[in-house]
Amino acid sequence: MNDTILSVENLHVRYGKVEALHGVSIAVPAGAIVTVIGPNGAGKTTLLSAIMGLLPSQGTIHFAGETITVPDVEYLVQRGMALVPEKRELFGEMSVEDNLILGAFQRYRKGDRSISETLDEVYQLFPRLKERRTQMAATLSGGERQMLAVGRALMGKPKLLMLDEPSLGLAPLIIREIFRTIARLREQGVSILLVEQNARAALQVADIGYVLETGEVTLAGPAERLANNPQVIETYLGMSKRQEKLAAVSA
Amino acid sequence: MDWSIALILTQDGVVNAAIYALLALALVLVFAVTRIIFIPQGEYVSYGALTLAMLELGKTPATVWLLVAGGAAALALEAFAHFRGRSVPWREALFWYAALPLITLLLTYALEWQTAPQWARMLLTIALIAAMGPITYRIFYQPIAEAPVLVLLIVSVAVHLALVGLGLLLFGAEGYRTEPLWDERFSVGPLLIPGQAFWVIGASLALIALLAWFFSRTLYGKALRATAVNRNGARLMGISPNLAGRLTLLLSAAIGAISGVLVSPITTLYYDSGFLIGLKGFVAAIIGGLASYPIAALGALIVGLIEAFGSFWASAYKEVIVFTLIIPVLFWRSLTTHHVEEE
Repeated sequence: MNDTILSVENLHVRYGKVEALHGVSIAVPAGAIVTVIGPNGAGKTTLLSAIMGLLPSQGTIHFAGETITVPDVEYLVQRGMALVPEKRELFGEMSVEDNLILGAFQRYRKGDRSISETLDEVYQLFPRLKERRTQMAATLSGGERQMLAVGRALMGKPKLLMLDEPSLGLAPLIIREIFRTIARLREQGVSILLVEQNARAALQVADIGYVLETGEVTLAGPAERLANNPQVIETYLGMSKRQEKLAAVSA
Repeated sequence: MDWSIALILTQDGVVNAAIYALLALALVLVFAVTRIIFIPQGEYVSYGALTLAMLELGKTPATVWLLVAGGAAALALEAFAHFRGRSVPWREALFWYAALPLITLLLTYALEWQTAPQWARMLLTIALIAAMGPITYRIFYQPIAEAPVLVLLIVSVAVHLALVGLGLLLFGAEGYRTEPLWDERFSVGPLLIPGQAFWVIGASLALIALLAWFFSRTLYGKALRATAVNRNGARLMGISPNLAGRLTLLLSAAIGAISGVLVSPITTLYYDSGFLIGLKGFVAAIIGGLASYPIAALGALIVGLIEAFGSFWASAYKEVIVFTLIIPVLFWRSLTTHHVEEE
């Protein structure tokens, strides 16, 4: 875990005159799960979009031993970066299997023909997708869509998988399944940068955590330490603790 | 009118419809992938027909120099982008903008085309015109790929006018007709069907089948469909909009050139004839809502038949009748589809 797969230093992003990120620095060690938590509008999605090259930014980005001066989506995908966006961005009118195969487009372009093996691996990870392989992606349920979005990203054999709110809009049981999958992916050596509003679940699965508030990193450290930080408990965890107590009382 | 006339008109309509169907498919494809309403589609038809005519006459088609010049301009744009710090896919750029134009130039000059078989001349023509597609995209559309549909349309009109003007410069105002692939004529009842008609319909159907295979079975075809369905999603898979645009215009130019070499033995084509042919393909594409390939093909059949029968009853108005068709179609479409605001 000495190697750093991604390091971002002093990243600024502006929308017109408004600056959304004021010099954010984060690092993802190879093989680790790093989570960025924070309230709505803190700039979490902006951060991922800027790293991926979807938004223009200023700052230094090192990825997989390379300095990225102008992030370019196509190039970064080719180098092993993958983003599962909040909106999933599936190909709704195409079959589940076509969606997955397209996830390996850059590998195919580089001449890699071992795509069907990766497809089997993804089907092993998400047996549900195999059952629905011929179905249109648009007909899937919320949880299945998330599985498909993650599976599609894994088809590119990424070194770094960035997940934007993977639990958004999903039922608790499915959220648990998604987080179990994330933990399993780490065992397979994929580094993960996870952005979440569900701070409790995120800090449980992650090794390192960052708290992002109004475009700045306000707290950082090992996930366990953050989970016990009184400030974090107050702002991000306290609410659900109280709810748990209420639930316990009423039960 | 009696049955024999109706049959002759139908034959005429179906042959034209095959060409309109090809062009309609190209227009739907270009719009779905790049959001460009591709007015210059017809110019590839006349460029294709006239290039073939030049080769037949033993002249050097000036389009080959246009291709080389366009390639050089595209390379210059890539070099400019490179110096501004953008990452440029040099390997592809050199292939499409330098190697391919130079190879066609070499082939055009190295071989004796006047005595070559007709199919060889057709292949060279198709290769030459198809190679213009990616260059057209790079020069005119790539810099404004994210612009609204209206801006892309205005640029399309400009490209169309420029290409028609260049066509006059390169080929002159004279019309040409090329040798048919099949000289035989077949009499079926009252019909006297020229062999070329079978070629037109057969080649169109084969090309449609080939396109269907390309889009449903190959990864590049799926990548184009993915771009049409969800541009952002496609980008995240590393399918760049520029790659998709180049590939789409390559297909559209190839389809235009194939249409051109297929119709040129049937009708005399001038430097500006492509526009009207392309526009009829556009009417067919509109019938398909610029979205549905099968309905667009069906629309082409309707356009072809209406044109044929219109030319019999009111030949002076045949174009007017075909283009007026767009109004009831738009009205019907506005009733049956719900409107989605463009973001």
